[in-house]
Amino acid sequence: MPYSTMIGILGILLVLTAVTIGISMVDLGNFNVWAALLIASTKCSFVVLFFMHLKFENRAIKISFAATLFCVALVIGFIFWDIAFR
Amino acid sequence: MAKHSDTKGSRLGMWLFLYTEIMLFAGLFVLYAAYLKKYPADFIAGGKELSLIFGAVNTLILLVSSFAVAASITASRKQSKRLSAVLIAAAVMIGAVFLVNKYIEWGHKIHLGIYPNAPDLINGPPGRNIFFGLYYVITGLHGLHIIIGMVLLSVCLVMVLTNRIHSGNEGILENCGLYWHLVDIIWIFIFPLFYLII
Repeated sequence: MPYSTMIGILGILLVLTAVTIGISMVDLGNFNVWAALLIASTKCSFVVLFFMHLKFENRAIKISFAATLFCVALVIGFIFWDIAFR
Repeated sequence: MAKHSDTKGSRLGMWLFLYTEIMLFAGLFVLYAAYLKKYPADFIAGGKELSLIFGAVNTLILLVSSFAVAASITASRKQSKRLSAVLIAAAVMIGAVFLVNKYIEWGHKIHLGIYPNAPDLINGPPGRNIFFGLYYVITGLHGLHIIIGMVLLSVCLVMVLTNRIHSGNEGILENCGLYWHLVDIIWIFIFPLFYLII
């Protein structure tokens, strides 16, 4: 991957860090947590896709990574299903 | 016997290991989320006690170190050994700065009587005790990963300098880089959850 792309990705990551700090200074109620998680997930996507080269990896790694995210979502989903309806 | 290396296979192996790491930290984050729902006021008060400056600086430098490791692989592919070595060394140095920040931060908290099993926490509200308990467990485990990542990258640095990692043979550097990026990713979630919660 060319240096220019990576510097661009780093720039995006730094800007998103500033955005998430900015949003945390404003009280938006429940939306604060969701915004923080959304921005963190976006930052992670950039790191995983470009710095970790997932975008250019073979199928085995792409599919197994997606399966891992699915498992994480399943764990979080079911635990919150339990907590929310106690 | 001829030296055999299977870059594709070892990279898949590295990813499989990273999946177990993701599940490990996901479990801890679920614990955090469940208790955040139970004790929102204590968690918000706890988050306000953490230093936003330290958290933000550590986020920025870890992002830069991730960039340095990714760029070192490109440098090695372009046969600029020197630049590759400098970038890896920079990432290790940043890891050390991160740990120094963490040391100052933890030291300050411990000085204030906030540490696992502190009488202040045990006799205080349970939500506060749980918030700082999770803070020490999660940032501590993350710090351990930083130390391991620094060791791995230092080994890579020596291997680059002694030409055992060279253009077209970056498998080990790529795998250690993957580990370092994962440590960065975990911090990307720790930062808003602990330092930015309002």
